[in-house]
Amino acid sequence: MLNNYIPILILMLFAIAFAIVCVFLSKFIGPKNPNPVKLSTYESGMEPVGTARQRFSVKYYMAAMLFILFDIEIVFLYPWAVAYRKFIPNTVYYALIEMSVFIAILLVGYIYMIRKGALNWD
Amino acid sequence: MNYYEIIFYVFAVLTVVSAGVVVFSRNIIYSAFALLFTFTGVAGIYVLLNADFIAITQLLIYVGGIMILLIFGVMLTTNVTNVEITTQTLKALPATIVVAIVSALLVSTMVSTKWAVKDPISVESTTINQIGELLLTKYLLPFEIASIVLLIAMMGAAFLARKN
Amino acid sequence: MITELIITSTIKITLVIIVILTGVAYSVYAERRISALIQNRIGPNRVGPAGLLQPIADVLKLLLKEDIVPAKATKPIHTLAPMISIFVALCTIAVVPFGDSIHLFSRDIRLQIADVNIGILYILALTSLGVYGITLSGWSSNNKYSLFGGLRSSAQMISYELSMGLSVVGVILMTGSLSLQDIVLHQFGWKWNIILQPIGFITFLVAAFAETNRAPFDLPEAEPELVGGYHTEYSSMKFALFFLAEYANMIVSSTVIVTLFLGGWQFPYLQTFGLPPLVVSLLQVFTFVIKVVAMIVFFIWVRWSIPRFRYDQLMNLGWKVMLPLALANIVITALLIAIFRS
Repeated sequence: MLNNYIPILILMLFAIAFAIVCVFLSKFIGPKNPNPVKLSTYESGMEPVGTARQRFSVKYYMAAMLFILFDIEIVFLYPWAVAYRKFIPNTVYYALIEMSVFIAILLVGYIYMIRKGALNWD
Repeated sequence: MNYYEIIFYVFAVLTVVSAGVVVFSRNIIYSAFALLFTFTGVAGIYVLLNADFIAITQLLIYVGGIMILLIFGVMLTTNVTNVEITTQTLKALPATIVVAIVSALLVSTMVSTKWAVKDPISVESTTINQIGELLLTKYLLPFEIASIVLLIAMMGAAFLARKN
Repeated sequence: MITELIITSTIKITLVIIVILTGVAYSVYAERRISALIQNRIGPNRVGPAGLLQPIADVLKLLLKEDIVPAKATKPIHTLAPMISIFVALCTIAVVPFGDSIHLFSRDIRLQIADVNIGILYILALTSLGVYGITLSGWSSNNKYSLFGGLRSSAQMISYELSMGLSVVGVILMTGSLSLQDIVLHQFGWKWNIILQPIGFITFLVAAFAETNRAPFDLPEAEPELVGGYHTEYSSMKFALFFLAEYANMIVSSTVIVTLFLGGWQFPYLQTFGLPPLVVSLLQVFTFVIKVVAMIVFFIWVRWSIPRFRYDQLMNLGWKVMLPLALANIVITALLIAIFRS
């Protein structure tokens, strides 16, 4: 039923309106006396050294990559979990084994990843 | 026009305009950022097509996963050497030919397909039950193959990590 | 028909937003009072009786502050980031049922903004959008503290999103539906999911703490090392929006935890007492509110009792403990269902 989604859309419009009003309210109400020191980057009272946009550890990128792979796996689990009870009288063990094989294959990858130290953060 | 047509056009405009920004923006940050809205617009269109599970998958995987990776990638590369990375137009002629062929294909499919049109309100509640049942019966093999594809990708990622 | 839907849901949404915003104001107050209690201080007690008007004073103060955007920041994204945070925090509540349905003005009104069939997945999808507010604010500020806060937080949030998604699968297996109303209805009597899914409850709870960036997982704003974390360069209402989003997220996570694991609005065997329907409905809403408030107090209590994790401990916990635990929970649940139901 598509009608169920209409309230969500209205809520989203409310949330967007609320965010816009809040941001622009302070623009109009608050004082405005900028000066170069105030607008400089905060670095605990020191003169900022270089730019903040430097190279950072590739570990973060790795985490995002592994996240996508597991996320796709989890997305496959949802339809299975919803449909699981429909198999109950006769074929429930097939459904269980089919999913266990799916999880087991991914578990191999997971163990390989841990062995290779892809998840070590120290 | 009824409500749903208006909503459809809102999402369609969001998708197309933000896709335009992705392509035409010279600043790679804004391109990446606009792609966020393209994916979200597509998710909205999936909802309008009653493909609720696909819409959520679109949000979970594309917006919540792949876009994070993209933004990390952009953050890793821009301004590293204080040079703004901009996009340029390269090889205009071959690109035009490829785009022409692809769009001709798309348009011909669009015209020749007999689209099954249903009243949006009459369609049944959710698709996830059928998807679940079909995954475990008719499409079991592709389902298990998907796990092997994921396994290979995971091994690739682990291999990359080891090198660093 | 559709106009009526729009009108009723607009009323419901307005009420819910007002309740959440008031809830945010008073959870901040509660947090300050409870932390004072735990640390043997008094806490805010000057504005109004027992300091009860303190939240209003705080909001007014923030509203009257100068909105400073650093010269080196990427301005459009710097402005958009807090808006994304608050958008996500407010929209998540849409699918949470706060009661069954109530008979008012000769019609049945469902006490839920939208009963969609993919309720839980909607929540998970929006949670995954929450990362953007923090990552983009960290990056766009062009400040080292902000960038590290944003990066840490996004890696933390995506890591714990996995165990959160996996612990939800156990609940779906118990119910066979993704609709939150179905999940609540399924937890009648003593059959709360906290009893039937204890491991799932623990993994979900820990993931919820990590997703809301609450202590012991508040690495993104670890004050001793990162000043303010991702919102170091924010002031005035933009800062207030992040603050608001953080507490709104805490409230919404509490409602989700209550709905998924603590029986939602169900009061055990209330329907069998023979009370008039209107009283039953109101008591159910009241039960829901009590459970949510208890959960919020628990969130606050944990924050002021447990020290912060180190970053490698945090990531190891997420990837090497929570993830396998949640996966094992799914297999065990499926196996038990197969054994007992066939």
